[in-house]
Amino acid sequence: MASKIELNNLTFYYGNFMALKDVNMNIVGNAITALIGPSGCGKSTLLRTINRTNELIDGTRLEGKVLIDGKDIYDAQIDIIELRKKVGMVFQRPNCFPLSVYDNVAYGPVVHGTKKKAELDKIVEESLIATWLWDDLKDKLKRSALSLSLDYQQRLCIARVLAIGSEIILLDEPCSALDPITTLRIEELLVSLKENYTIVIVTHNMQQAARVSDYSGYMLLGELVEFNQTSKIFTSPKDKRTEDYITGRFG
Amino acid sequence: MKYNERLIQSGLLITAFSTIAILILIGVFILKEGLPVILKVGIKDFICGVNWSPIEEQFGIFPMIMGSIWITAGALLFSLPLSLACAIYLAEFSTPKIGKILKPTIELLAGIPSVVYGFMGMVILFPLIRNYLGGPGPCILAASIILGIMILPTITSISIDSLQAVPYSYREGSLALGATRWQTVKMVVLPAARSGIIAGIILGVGRAVGETMAVIMIAGNAVIIPDSILDPVRTLTTNIALEMNFATGEHRQALFATGIVLFIVIMLLNIIANLIAKRKVITK
Ligand SMILES: Nc1ncnc2c1ncn2[C@@H]1O[C@H](COP(=O)(O)OP(=O)(O)O)[C@@H](O)[C@H]1O
Ligand SMILES: [Mg+2]
Repeated sequence: MASKIELNNLTFYYGNFMALKDVNMNIVGNAITALIGPSGCGKSTLLRTINRTNELIDGTRLEGKVLIDGKDIYDAQIDIIELRKKVGMVFQRPNCFPLSVYDNVAYGPVVHGTKKKAELDKIVEESLIATWLWDDLKDKLKRSALSLSLDYQQRLCIARVLAIGSEIILLDEPCSALDPITTLRIEELLVSLKENYTIVIVTHNMQQAARVSDYSGYMLLGELVEFNQTSKIFTSPKDKRTEDYITGRFG
Repeated sequence: MKYNERLIQSGLLITAFSTIAILILIGVFILKEGLPVILKVGIKDFICGVNWSPIEEQFGIFPMIMGSIWITAGALLFSLPLSLACAIYLAEFSTPKIGKILKPTIELLAGIPSVVYGFMGMVILFPLIRNYLGGPGPCILAASIILGIMILPTITSISIDSLQAVPYSYREGSLALGATRWQTVKMVVLPAARSGIIAGIILGVGRAVGETMAVIMIAGNAVIIPDSILDPVRTLTTNIALEMNFATGEHRQALFATGIVLFIVIMLLNIIANLIAKRKVITK
């Protein structure tokens, strides 16, 4: 299958510290790919190389290539704003802006130049429908987003990404602030979204990876130890280190 | 050891509470000195009276109120764009290195004695105003510019603090949605820091209303209701400072009464600033 995202010999440094070591990975489109591994192994770093938010941090350096749809996103020709539109990101803690529900979702489109109210209304509605928020929030669009419960806030953050027309959604431990029941709801939502989106999710929760993902990568100390279909990773890991992690002997 | 600890603690407690005692003492004192004349003249005539001539026992402080309002408004108009630009640049765009130089410099501005500001106004602004705008020099415009510079550190440093208190996650979220740095500041960071910035502005206003020395030197001190920014004015504070030396009897009481008005205005401004600053914490 053609890969949507390709990481070729990707190495990443924070100053002198090598946080990613020669990672090679082909991420398939319209599927959910999970990154698992102990804390500090470089999952977030890897995720951030895909929308170039790593370079907001001073003193970082990248070697190797990241291709999206075959195009090198670190090429000098690349419009970084277009890239960030195409590759949306959802963070560990919901980071809704202290604005209304409507303004949170409309934020991206407004920033990218959509001015017509009718157009914005349509985008907001579609994004909220896709994240299963519309029925509950359609009468509360003027409410502050911060007044919502955490799982609503997290779904609003996903809606915000859908609103800018992203094709790829990166999620960095999106459920770590949520309880088990609302976590399941987010997982179902992700599964429903993969029809139209390419999803990469970081999680330190192995059950979550097993439940939602089609492909899983196990990372350790900056290396991608093993990457395969989730069913294979969890039933017949090839690498001893993966097996140790999955059977709970480590991590 | 235990005993010592307690002694120190209660000592500190008493010291801390003595500030409240001092505040009350000042309040009671100026009330006692100033209230009789307000009651005699009547609050309305005292505040709205346009005639201040102590020899004829006319005590209307309206011209001074207008003077304070004009100069403060002018100072704000001048200072606001500058201090917001400084704060936004320092909190959002400058490299740490530049910040390390600029921030202490701005804070240093707050440490310059106000006489020096007054002096700078006289030697730099007076000639400029005389040559390019006319009039003798001392006027609302000159005082506003100097006061504007004087309140810049207050507004700037409080604004920087409230901008820096905005969680990084908002900026990260906005940038990840493809917004530029400036869009992020304008649409997310500034609204989030708004209450803190407003509190800073109010404290700056309090400082401008209370400033005396520099204003005496450059505002012209004429007891008139101004109708142009080139008119000289007298403010509430400068009126007290100029006349207290030789005032006696009711005249003296009227100056204390002016002090009451100032005291109340400054207290109100501080209370409002505190309330606004607190509201920020609740909604976060
Ligand atoms: N901004 C940073 N500056 C320096 N080192 C960092 C930074 N962010 C992460 N690291 C280091 O890079 C490694 C990988 O971090 P991260 O990608 O956050 O791991 P994970 O998400 O798997 O927990 C860690 O050792 C961490 O200390
Ligand atoms: Mg992480």
